[in-house]
Amino acid sequence: MNSAQACDISLAITGSGGAGTITAGELLLSLAGKNGCFGMMRRSFGPQIRGGEAAALVRISHTPVECMNDHFDLLLALDWRNADRFAEEIRLHPGSLIIADPAAGQIPDSIAGLGVDIIEVPMKKLAKEIPAGRPNMIALGLLAHWLGFCSDEAARLITEVFGRKGEEIVNGSQAAFRQGFTEPLIVEAREARPRPEPGEPAFTGARWHFNGNQGCGLGALRGGIRFAAAYPITPASDLLEWLAPRLEQFGGSLVQAEDELASINMVIGASYGGIASMTATSGPGFALMTEAMGLAVASEIPAVVINVMRGGPSTGIPTKSEQVDLNMAIYGLHGDAPHLVLGALDHADCILTTEWSVRLAEALQTVAIVLSDQNLAQSTVLIPEPEYELPPIKSRAIADPDENYQRYQETRSGVSPMAIPGTAGSTYVADGLEHTESGKPSTAAADHAKQLDKRLRKVEDFDYGPHWADIRGEGETAIVTWGSTTAAVREAASRLAARGDRVKVIALRLLLPASPDKLAAELEGVSRVLIVEQSHSAQFHRYLRAYYDIKAMTHTLARPGPQPLTPGEIVDQVEQWS
Amino acid sequence: MDNAARPIPIRPRDYKSEIKPVWCPGCGDFAVLNAITKALAFLELPREDVSFITGIGCSSRIAAYTSVYGFHGVHGRALALASGLKAARPDLTVLVAGGDGDGLSIGGNHFIHACRRNMDMTYIIMDNEVYGMTKGQASPTTAPDWADSKLTPQGTGIRPFQPAGLALTAGASFIARGFTGDPNGLARMLVEAIEHKGFSFVQALSPCPTFRPEQMEWKHQVRGFEQETTSDPIEAVQRIQADDGMSTGVIFRRQYPVFQPGGKSGDCMLESIESEFLI
Repeated sequence: MNSAQACDISLAITGSGGAGTITAGELLLSLAGKNGCFGMMRRSFGPQIRGGEAAALVRISHTPVECMNDHFDLLLALDWRNADRFAEEIRLHPGSLIIADPAAGQIPDSIAGLGVDIIEVPMKKLAKEIPAGRPNMIALGLLAHWLGFCSDEAARLITEVFGRKGEEIVNGSQAAFRQGFTEPLIVEAREARPRPEPGEPAFTGARWHFNGNQGCGLGALRGGIRFAAAYPITPASDLLEWLAPRLEQFGGSLVQAEDELASINMVIGASYGGIASMTATSGPGFALMTEAMGLAVASEIPAVVINVMRGGPSTGIPTKSEQVDLNMAIYGLHGDAPHLVLGALDHADCILTTEWSVRLAEALQTVAIVLSDQNLAQSTVLIPEPEYELPPIKSRAIADPDENYQRYQETRSGVSPMAIPGTAGSTYVADGLEHTESGKPSTAAADHAKQLDKRLRKVEDFDYGPHWADIRGEGETAIVTWGSTTAAVREAASRLAARGDRVKVIALRLLLPASPDKLAAELEGVSRVLIVEQSHSAQFHRYLRAYYDIKAMTHTLARPGPQPLTPGEIVDQVEQWS
Repeated sequence: MDNAARPIPIRPRDYKSEIKPVWCPGCGDFAVLNAITKALAFLELPREDVSFITGIGCSSRIAAYTSVYGFHGVHGRALALASGLKAARPDLTVLVAGGDGDGLSIGGNHFIHACRRNMDMTYIIMDNEVYGMTKGQASPTTAPDWADSKLTPQGTGIRPFQPAGLALTAGASFIARGFTGDPNGLARMLVEAIEHKGFSFVQALSPCPTFRPEQMEWKHQVRGFEQETTSDPIEAVQRIQADDGMSTGVIFRRQYPVFQPGGKSGDCMLESIESEFLI
């Protein structure tokens, strides 16, 4: 490894499910944070409930990173039982380092044949000699030493993670870590090779450590969500599990519903009661919710729906990522149903976008769909504390007691004050039937037109400010993207910039309503546009074609999951286009 | 809110809105509306403290004919919407109503789970054994040999649900059957149902003069249960099974744990949650 790589290392820890690869990866990332580094970690699982295979994919860098790199510099294999399963996910190069246990058997030809560098350490045997010692903690020690980390904080981190399991496990894990950290085989190997040097951290401020699901959860709390109803679904369940106890701490609650039809209707009921409410789901559950989202639009009840997208259609690939529910989010509601669709661009943006969505839904009394995906949701980042400032947004307009109250009264903005049950004199019946200004059901053309206009106007005339997109850099080439592919696009752009190719990156955060004028202004002087997305049918490209007038020459990089797009793929695409 | 300045409506008609019902002349649902407004007047519940949630169908229109807060939602999901409202606003009196198709077919899953969840609310199924709004199709309570629907010209051939039995096995804590031919009896039953702590289920036999004109004979078939209300589910199930579905009264009442989420202190600061992210 040369010194340039020393600041940016991608490594994988693989093993059978239950071997503790994920725990080792998480601890390594935390330790990286304590050593002044940034990083991220993706978990990769097979479909098995228990057993099967698991891999922690970790990237550690001196500068903040938000996506995985193209190749892995280091693979630590606790065993080789699932080497084939991970072959397409963990791409090695001839210089990659392999740390393996000789007791685990022969290194597969597919890996050994690459000309990789191999260090053999009997992790299992070393662990056995320590009471309650486990090979994954030996592995953690080996990696921490290899990376040149100071081990001071390791004992405390291990206590935090294993404290619940009792003293014996904590002591055994700490001893195994020390054993790995001081193991002569790794010490000698490190001295004999070019190795990563810790160097001086470029950033000394506060670091945050969280995954995209937690980011969305925090954004929801910041936005004021105090009620959630949901049905378990991968990969949204961890968001809900994170939220449930924390909502209670705020005096709110999360109800596990009997299905997604119930979840979204419970959300509408609670929001009708005056409490900011949300649900979170993934593609199949989102499909079930679309009818009631139409109800929320028609009855003008604020509701936030987070869709943590996964591979589809149908049950698809629940544990992997794709940006494939854009069509459904934009077009999936029945009738003419103006609503909001926002996409979180990276981990920090999960917080911003969800908070903004809650505030917009409350202010505009409509449905806000937040699109996240498995890639963001189940990967953990170690980044500088996210900071952002949202423009001031009015809270939900609440009606005063009024004997002549009209729930759906015509207003200039299209937003009508909402009476909250319990308010004397302003009783009304919220309705999914088309209605008059008072809420009385009506089939009259004039009433229909008036209410359609009102519901459209409040969403389309609102000033969303600068947050409609995240724009970085300048150049004659622009890459337009959305959602979790943004991180790979940004990294590709910085690689291109490093070699003199300036690229402008436009990542759309607000997808509906569309901002055609704003995008057109940003594309002034741009001669070609690469559209990047993770969808087989190029849903984002088609969406851009439907809502925007892009005068520049366009090209599309649209490929399906399950593997996330990497910066190298995007760089290649730009270079091939020349 | 200043309670003293607020006159409590005490007449049943104070709980009615100005909107003229879409129901056909002779429809049993008029009597359900009257029974509800009588019960609310008897209980002297301030209009603003009552929320009336309904699904879709003829009977589900009822919310708009009252002067309390209401929500006329989507087909089959009234109980879900009401459960969310009650979870967020335990202070409100929550009433839910709909038809047999709305509650037992498209909304069947929500019905059994609402029984099991036992939130403090009252659910009225206005049962006429037919879909009226869509012009006369068989519902889950229609007899298997009813062949008057073009959709099932030979009849459904499927045995109907027994709503009271379904509610009992799903865990409802209050189960009653009333008849629109006796609106005062139905009103008394609703008073009991609203006062009961937990999920109260009231099946209101409500004839459809348009698509089930033979139901106009119900007034000669309906009679009260001979037995008193029981708190024994075994006895209740025997009584329901032995009956032809035309006996009225409060069949079962028992106190089960009431589900009401949340209610913690709520003094948490965002900063303390954000500190979890700090490394």
